[in-house]
Amino acid sequence: MVTEFTPWASLIGGILIGLAAVLLMLLRGRVFGATGILAGVLSPSGSSDWTWRAQLLAGMVTGPLLYSLLFGQMPVIQVPVSTPMMVIGGVIVGIGVTFGSGCTSGHGVCGMARLSPRSIVATAVFMLFTFLTVYVVRHVLGL
Amino acid sequence: MKHVLTFLTGLVFGLGIVMSGMSNPAKVINFFDIAGSWDPSLAFVMGGAVVVTFIGYRFVLKRPAPMMDTAFNVPSSRLIDRRLVGGSALFGIGWGIAGFCPGGALPALGTLNPDVLIFVASLVTGIFAAKTMMNKTATI
Repeated sequence: MVTEFTPWASLIGGILIGLAAVLLMLLRGRVFGATGILAGVLSPSGSSDWTWRAQLLAGMVTGPLLYSLLFGQMPVIQVPVSTPMMVIGGVIVGIGVTFGSGCTSGHGVCGMARLSPRSIVATAVFMLFTFLTVYVVRHVLGL
Repeated sequence: MKHVLTFLTGLVFGLGIVMSGMSNPAKVINFFDIAGSWDPSLAFVMGGAVVVTFIGYRFVLKRPAPMMDTAFNVPSSRLIDRRLVGGSALFGIGWGIAGFCPGGALPALGTLNPDVLIFVASLVTGIFAAKTMMNKTATI
């Protein structure tokens, strides 16, 4: 499935992601990691922590609605993989981000910006493995 | 006001994610498919996000404390162990199979797309499974 090269939309999106990460540090003193936010909402360590994470998650989920108000359509989601692959991939991601203590937002954006050695290693490892997996799935297995 | 600001922070993130293409698995997988239908867009997402965060953090972390808490609470561990590397490798494998990462999928829940719901349900299952495994290894 071919997708259009969108440097400007992607750059603006990236800048907004960065702004949100800076805002969360300014407001709450926390890194913006989607894994930590989701895990925190699922199993709260304290009620005040649960509250701000739930507010943040509510804002995140409202993103597509704001997008549709601005651009007159819902964001495009094209899924080139089968449902079993979505399920297997989802479970593996869940296990991986829990053991790896973070994902693209926590390690890849916030941790990289803090020049955290753990995050730099984590980001290099997951980018490499995603690349290898896509190669194997598409060009070796032909799925 | 406090609650509204936190909500708005999430909203900025959610808008950024859906604008960037991170919530579109076809685009994500194409970014990694250099040997096939390559789409380099996501390099601009990562680049823009990291540069803005890097600059913003320099200013924010000079403050004695954040606005709504008594202290900054950033990860301080510098330990690079098998758990970090193995977990990140697994995450990469899963991301390559499904095309969604947690940050890309959570805002996309707002579209009510069935694939997003399936991915997030599987993601939550994986998180609970890993937490159970961790608790078992911790008690041994």
